[in-house]
Amino acid sequence: MAHPLSANVPDGRLQEKWDNYKNQIKLVNPANKRKHTVIVVGTGLAGGSAAATLAELGYRVNSFCIQDSPRRAHSIAAQGGINAAKNYPNDGDTVWRLFYDTIKGGDYRSREANVHRLAQISNEIIDQCVAQGVPFAREYGGHLDNRSFGGAQVSRTFYARGQTGQQLLLGAYQAMCRQISTGQIIMFERREMLDLVVIDGYARGIITRDLVTGKIERHIADAVLLCTGGYGNVYYLSTNAKNSNVTAAWRCHRKGAYFANPAFTQIHPTCIPVSGDYQSKLTLMSESLRNDGRVWVPKKVGDSRLPQDIPDDERDYYLERRYPSFGNLVPRDVASRNAKYACDEGRGVGETKLAVYLDFRESIDRLGKNKISERYGNLFEMYERITGENPYEVPMRIYPAVHYTMGGLWVDYELQSTIPGLFVLGEANFSDHGANRLGASALMQGLADGYFVIPYTLGNYIASTKLTDADTSHAAFVEAETAATEKLDRLLSIQGTKTVTEYHRDLGRIMWDNVGMSRTAEGLETAVGLISTLREEFWENVRIPGEKTHYNKNLEFAGRVADFLELGELMARDALMRNESAGGHFREEYQTEDGEAQRNDEDFAFVGAWEYTGQNQDPKVHQEYLDFENVQLTTRSYK
Amino acid sequence: MSDSMTIHLRVWRQAGPESKGKFVNYTVADVNSHMSFLELLDVLNEQLIHAGDDPVEFDHDCREGICGACGVVIDGVAHGPQQRTAACQLHMRHYQDGDMLVLEPWRATAFPIIRDLVADRSALDRIVAAGGYVSVDTGSAPDANSILISKNELEGAFDFAACIGCGACVAACPNASASLFTGAKIAHLSGLPQGRPERKERAVAMVEQMQKEGFGDCSNHGECEAVCPKGISIAAIAIMRREYMKAKLA
Ligand SMILES: Cc1cc2nc3c(=O)[nH]c(=O)nc-3n(C[C@H](O)[C@H](O)[C@H](O)COP(=O)(O)OP(=O)(O)OC[C@H]3O[C@@H](n4cnc5c(N)ncnc54)[C@H](O)[C@@H]3O)c2cc1C
Ligand code: FES
Repeated sequence: MAHPLSANVPDGRLQEKWDNYKNQIKLVNPANKRKHTVIVVGTGLAGGSAAATLAELGYRVNSFCIQDSPRRAHSIAAQGGINAAKNYPNDGDTVWRLFYDTIKGGDYRSREANVHRLAQISNEIIDQCVAQGVPFAREYGGHLDNRSFGGAQVSRTFYARGQTGQQLLLGAYQAMCRQISTGQIIMFERREMLDLVVIDGYARGIITRDLVTGKIERHIADAVLLCTGGYGNVYYLSTNAKNSNVTAAWRCHRKGAYFANPAFTQIHPTCIPVSGDYQSKLTLMSESLRNDGRVWVPKKVGDSRLPQDIPDDERDYYLERRYPSFGNLVPRDVASRNAKYACDEGRGVGETKLAVYLDFRESIDRLGKNKISERYGNLFEMYERITGENPYEVPMRIYPAVHYTMGGLWVDYELQSTIPGLFVLGEANFSDHGANRLGASALMQGLADGYFVIPYTLGNYIASTKLTDADTSHAAFVEAETAATEKLDRLLSIQGTKTVTEYHRDLGRIMWDNVGMSRTAEGLETAVGLISTLREEFWENVRIPGEKTHYNKNLEFAGRVADFLELGELMARDALMRNESAGGHFREEYQTEDGEAQRNDEDFAFVGAWEYTGQNQDPKVHQEYLDFENVQLTTRSYK
Repeated sequence: MSDSMTIHLRVWRQAGPESKGKFVNYTVADVNSHMSFLELLDVLNEQLIHAGDDPVEFDHDCREGICGACGVVIDGVAHGPQQRTAACQLHMRHYQDGDMLVLEPWRATAFPIIRDLVADRSALDRIVAAGGYVSVDTGSAPDANSILISKNELEGAFDFAACIGCGACVAACPNASASLFTGAKIAHLSGLPQGRPERKERAVAMVEQMQKEGFGDCSNHGECEAVCPKGISIAAIAIMRREYMKAKLA
């Protein structure tokens, strides 16, 4: 195996590392900042906050997104909330506790120093967002309100109705707009990054396609920030927006950026179940619902009575039964797996029997319908629109769905990838959530990365790096552009018989069946084979309509599915390599007697960072060993 | 429970901004009543690709009514028949076997058509860039609880902040005015203490930008409120006018 990777974590006590770092880095003179251009790909919480903040500091920022407006990034859909260690409710929260819960929730597969920094920064995020006009929920006295989320025993989640992501993103978007109006940010919407340009070993630019005209463009800068979100859509069905994809990250991976822990994916327990083959995406019902909803299935296998006809003593509130101290608020991976078990046992409910109940009857009786509607009104409405059923009257039917990807491009403490000058922020990196992410912590991480980490670490990079003069006529640009054009031409020339969606759906099925909630060595080996066969078939038989010179969604998606077909195989390999169960990665061979995940800290307390070695070559894994100096590795117990 | 239907579609097809468009008729068989309206378009497109035709282009992303990307005029109504529902959240159970749906893009001078049902709504972003923000640099914020906001005030502002920027209000307005969109942002920010210091400059700059983009004036038809998937109240427009007048008089 190759050299272990070093994360460049600063010295000092855990609590002092971030300050020590800030004290020691090089700064860019204010007057010099405007001489530096930074490319920010993505306008979600990570990219939006980074672009706005860097522009405020004086850098020239070129910002890119796929959608027609930066405000539509996938972050807009986040519902439940954002964590911070403010301890406003005075219920015992501290920075340490937020750090500890996050490390533990991640099943001890994340880097202490990063997670601690995240917890430290969390409070500033809330301050910043409130100052921007984000309407977080308030108490009658005018103070901010909090609620609790899975995996925590304190109330530390700030929320804005059931649309926290929307309000946070609009805050970041508006901060961007302010910079766009002065020309400090140049916004390129409806653009897709197709490749990274590396000059003399440094990330110096990107190749994009204008999705309206099809024009291929070159953009040069002093650094590239990748804030392109997660890759959950490799499963075809997920709660991610349809445009979420791995392409930007994957093409950087092919250019030398290591891809870390790709198998660590999160299957969210509370989503609206699949209803048919035409299904195009899945809808999340926020985890916050588990605060007041009780999860159950009938005790009897094959019980087909209506839920209201099943008396209480014939219901199995299995989370409350198995995990008395956390009950319905166990972390996501635990809740999801238990739903799967209930359905595997034949106790699933609804038409497809692939669902469990989430029941509000008792809290409606206790708190009144108004209170419940105040808390979850828009979610209940959304549920009713999709299913045609009224959750005030009948329990919701829910089932787990792919939701978030903890894995991503490997980054060091400075959020820099293995390619100097390529920084990765937000869900696109692997950094803070280990093998399982706790609810309300992705929004926190995206904004921490963008508002408060990258302004320092990018400055340090720019101040300490001497880049050669280059422009977009450099051979590296020509080469990357040619390769991108050739790939599009090749895709269009195949003109086979199967559509992009059909291939995507096939891939999704392989992934869900073999690299999903429960994995085995045998299934993973099967998946590697099936995916590589499917990939070959795709390149011989895909049918893409239209031309490359106009708006052509199928062509866009074809490129993304081609990349998913490579990523999927890497995910299966990573899952196969990791002979343990940790968080969302559950290997059936490694479980305790009562079916809980069994970690192997002796052999697997590391980040697996994969190096691309060439088309159809076996990738190589590098290890970053995780040193736990401050927390003791225990078996996660939510009993 | 999941009945199968046949649905006829009459869809606006237009190759590019400069091309002439026309309606084309299609039929989709085996439509499941649990399907969403966009899934119906997906099924149509798969059918078209297999037949060697170009699929119907339409914008979409979240498919849960929050990103504002989708937008189709269905039988003359922006986002279709179900109130407070974006096109992506409309489900086929609201239709019957044999129904014919007429689909068109948003139509407005300020929204040039890109292709088929896809329109260019970037004018809305430029209205926000004109002043739809609070000028606060990262790092300079006071403790979040140092600004107290009553629950009522907060919820009132939130009702306006809920806008998803889809542009349905413009598409529905006989004058193609963007007043509901612009008013909602002005009302959100002037409704909160954080937004008040810049309220005058904001109202003037946003209203003037709206006019510059070629959106029409508001003449109180109320069609915007009726189609808004987030149910944003037309009160936003009154607030916008008041803010604008106060700023101009001062
Ligand atoms: C339904 C749902 C609910 C959620 N709720 C919560 C919650 O309550 N709390 C929480 O903490 N987390 C939640 N999450 C997770 C959280 O929303 C995401 O992890 C987070 O928003 C990701 O932000 P991001 O900035 O990293 O990426 P995104 O928001 O995904 O943004 C990606 C950006 O990159 C751009 N992009 C991508 N590829 C390219 C390319 N090739 N070229 C150019 N641009 C590109 C896109 O256009 C977009 O602008 C939720 C997730 C989902 C799916
Ligand atoms: S697709 Fe996002 S609102 Fe309809």
